[in-house]
Amino acid sequence: MAKKPVTFTLNGRESAAFAEEGQNLLDFLRRSVGDLSPKYGCGQGGCGGCTVLIDGEPHLSCLTLAEAAAGRKVETASGLATGPVLHRLQEAFMERFAAQCGFCTPGMLVSAKALLDRNPRPTREEVIEALSGNLCRCTGYEPIIEAVLDAAGERARA
Amino acid sequence: MTTVETFPTLAEAARAMGSGAAFFGGGTVLMRDVNAGEGPQRLVRSADPALKEVRAQGETVRLGAGVTMARILAERDLAFLHSVARQIGGPQVRNMGTLGGNLFAPHPYGDFAVALIALGARAVLAGQGGARPVEELMRERARPPLVAAVEIPRPRSGREFSFLKVSRVKPKGVSVLSVAAFLPAEGGRIRGARVAWGAMGPAPMRGQGAERALEGGALDAATIARAAAQAAEGLDPPTDALASAWYRKEVAGVHLRRLLERMERG
Repeated sequence: MAKKPVTFTLNGRESAAFAEEGQNLLDFLRRSVGDLSPKYGCGQGGCGGCTVLIDGEPHLSCLTLAEAAAGRKVETASGLATGPVLHRLQEAFMERFAAQCGFCTPGMLVSAKALLDRNPRPTREEVIEALSGNLCRCTGYEPIIEAVLDAAGERARA
Repeated sequence: MTTVETFPTLAEAARAMGSGAAFFGGGTVLMRDVNAGEGPQRLVRSADPALKEVRAQGETVRLGAGVTMARILAERDLAFLHSVARQIGGPQVRNMGTLGGNLFAPHPYGDFAVALIALGARAVLAGQGGARPVEELMRERARPPLVAAVEIPRPRSGREFSFLKVSRVKPKGVSVLSVAAFLPAEGGRIRGARVAWGAMGPAPMRGQGAERALEGGALDAATIARAAAQAAEGLDPPTDALASAWYRKEVAGVHLRRLLERMERG
């Protein structure tokens, strides 16, 4: 099995590891790079648990070839906090009890981050649309939607 | 086990096809099989910038086969395709899934192809001159040719073309069925009606019953009723977890009527 070196930016830091032939980006991030924040849900692109941002846009890491990340900027939920200081989306998720089992949360957070980076004051409908590729089987979505709207409000005041 | 080969140009990739190879675009279809251990032996990729080229001006727009749904949505000159692109997958899939891949995405996917068939779009094949009608390619889905670009005639007005996708889950759900209509009119009469269906046969297909009912008529209540009554003619929908074949045939006319009434209102 040929291994291919992949150099990319992970959460703002230069990163490099070897990818196996045909390995998906999710498996690569979790096993070769050691970032466990993106989650393996379905492996079929249905659940959004593996969502990461590539060049700022949400992608399904389980359906992305690891080698296709070469030279790109990858962001995961583990890059959201700055040291002990949580990202305002993480704060808002906590305040709103938007994480129950927590499995969908990293994917939800990065999908929400991509939305707020592009559209700092989204409407409720825009939040729902932006999160429509991320499944949650605990919360019924309401607390998550409210958390994203709260985080957007904070940004507007800041 | 799957190997991955990446070529700088599409022409080189085309030459590398065959013998267990599948062309890898956005990955939303193929990578599922790879993850399940059922992928093709070889994945062939290309970094050719022509695959992502967008020529959005003029009477016929030309989009590289590697253009994503998100890219279409970002292009103001492609507004006539926005309602279609917006209904493909969720945000992540729209950032990944390509025009070329959607042409051959198996049921219940492939709704963009439905719109392309109604619009009379043509596919430019890699390494070949000329272009072939997209509807013709649908018959070769088992062994898809390598598509370089798609040429799409731009409707003269927003009223000429409309698309409807019916799903049980909103805003992101797969098709119970999808339907698109392109109805150019001359002197108040429909000339050259094209109706296409998704999830109503083994691949996206023309709806000849509805087209016959619409051709030469005015888009009014009587014509719409006639088209709705003949909607399911010649269609052979599948039975799956979303709906039975019987159900799809029963509701085809209802959804075609809704689409046509929307076009009538303008």
